[in-house]
Amino acid sequence: MHNKTIAELSRGLQQRHFSSLELTELFLNRIDEHNEKLNAFITVTDELAWEQAKQADVRLSSGQSNALTGIPIAQKDIFCTQGVRTSCGSKMLDNFTAPYNATVVERFNQAGAVMLGKLNMDEFAMGSSNETSYYGPVKNPWDIGTVPGGSSGGSAAAVASRIAPGATGTDTGGSIRQPAAFCGITGLKPTYGLVSRWGMIAFASSLDQGGPMARTAEDCALMLQTMAGFDEKDSTSVNRPVEDFSATLNERLAGLKIGLPKEFFGEGLDPEIATLIHEAVADYVKLGATVKEISLPNMNLSAPAYYVVAPAECSSNLARFDGVRYGYRCQNPKDLHDLYTRSRGEGFGAEVKRRILIGTYVLSAGYYDAYYLKAQKIRRLISDDFKRAFQEVDVIMGPTSPSVAFRFGEKSADPIAMYLSDIYTIALNLAGLPGMSIPVGFSKNLPVGMQIIGNYFSESRLLNVAHQYQQVTDWHHKTPVGFCDSH
Amino acid sequence: MSLSTTEVNKIAWLGRIAIDDDKIEAYAHDLSGILDFVEQMSALDTSSVVPMAHPMDQAQRLRADQVTEDNQRELFQANAPSVDAGLFLVPKVIE
Repeated sequence: MHNKTIAELSRGLQQRHFSSLELTELFLNRIDEHNEKLNAFITVTDELAWEQAKQADVRLSSGQSNALTGIPIAQKDIFCTQGVRTSCGSKMLDNFTAPYNATVVERFNQAGAVMLGKLNMDEFAMGSSNETSYYGPVKNPWDIGTVPGGSSGGSAAAVASRIAPGATGTDTGGSIRQPAAFCGITGLKPTYGLVSRWGMIAFASSLDQGGPMARTAEDCALMLQTMAGFDEKDSTSVNRPVEDFSATLNERLAGLKIGLPKEFFGEGLDPEIATLIHEAVADYVKLGATVKEISLPNMNLSAPAYYVVAPAECSSNLARFDGVRYGYRCQNPKDLHDLYTRSRGEGFGAEVKRRILIGTYVLSAGYYDAYYLKAQKIRRLISDDFKRAFQEVDVIMGPTSPSVAFRFGEKSADPIAMYLSDIYTIALNLAGLPGMSIPVGFSKNLPVGMQIIGNYFSESRLLNVAHQYQQVTDWHHKTPVGFCDSH
Repeated sequence: MSLSTTEVNKIAWLGRIAIDDDKIEAYAHDLSGILDFVEQMSALDTSSVVPMAHPMDQAQRLRADQVTEDNQRELFQANAPSVDAGLFLVPKVIE
């Protein structure tokens, strides 16, 4: 039963083949059995899950239910959850109990979903391997010697190992798509402004976006339906009607115009991944799509621009952690300055400190124009590249990451090498565009993800494109060895 | 772009982050590497480009200046390291 998708579990619940309590027990047992070797959860909220499952069963029997009622899901530990520790993967917030729910969490609660717990992540979502977490790295269920990707590594590992049917993630530069690719699941980073950021601990406010991570595009559509929509509490939330993301899943792809950016297939891409992407594109041609090469000429500047914008906004956002109002405080501060600097110096990990320092530098007097303003101009050029491309094609396809999951320690000593693992995902965040990663095969026995990029607010189209591929392939159904057994 | 240890100390002070003396050198190396990496941006002439602040070029939404939140001081202060009589406590600032 743990191998069923959210859509299948939802039908089972609606038809009363099993109860939410039974389903919740099954997944809590699987977490109990498998989490120790994966380290995917920071906090398991079993008592809350029992309570929510009981309430869901009441709703299900009274007909007051929707597709997610009674479905167990897990939240990335970046979303504030009332009365539950919300650590953001940091020692700084190890003792922080959120006094309110993030809008995303509130919406899952209103839908009657069951929260299994809070998922491990790179500290403050800064990382591409989950190695920066204060709680230790998450292991990739396909090979526990390799990273699950990051920053939503706990989310990806939990879904891939079938210890949660679906999970939330957040994506600032690839943090949903890259771990989805590394763990062989489906993840969607929505258009900037579609999913509320309220109560989602801020890293880089002009880039951060929450989204669903699940086995299939169909499941991502169900989760996104709950997550998306205008929120007056988020000043960058876009006020437009939410469409039915499941309504067009079954539309045929005849006539779909796919663009392959030549910049996505250059130096640095693992040739086996390139081959698998071309094979997946060939499957799309069989489904009626046409393919053309396109160019995104400023792609090569997306990582440099990102590593100005993201640290700059990070240094500003993380200024709130002062050791005074909440979070970690150092022992025996000798004065106020000592309290600030040691609380932050001891409470933040190395990568977070690097980014705060870079951000502080680029925003310091005299450097603003050369760095932040320059990066904001390059953002415009990258965004214009995509605008031109979407006049010619409906979707853009390419690899999600240049390599499969790498080994622990392989890139952690070299910040730049780590940053380059997000080379294909970063540009979308700079432009604010939506993108997905779907599994398209294996290289060296590890999953390979293909990225599908769409125009603003084209989530329905992306989900349709991904779903149609998943009707003719079974990569998304592959389960890592050791996690297949029914419990 | 190479940052000196003096510059790293200055940035660390601005960012209110204590760094152990024996780690300053390593930070100087890493930060210089990152600045070299982002330096690629300067190869492009962007003098006529309008900077992009919001992906949808949406203006910041404003709301009416009305009280919408209840006072939840005790709830919020439950997370504070040190409070007394509703006040956040810090080391003495004025002698």
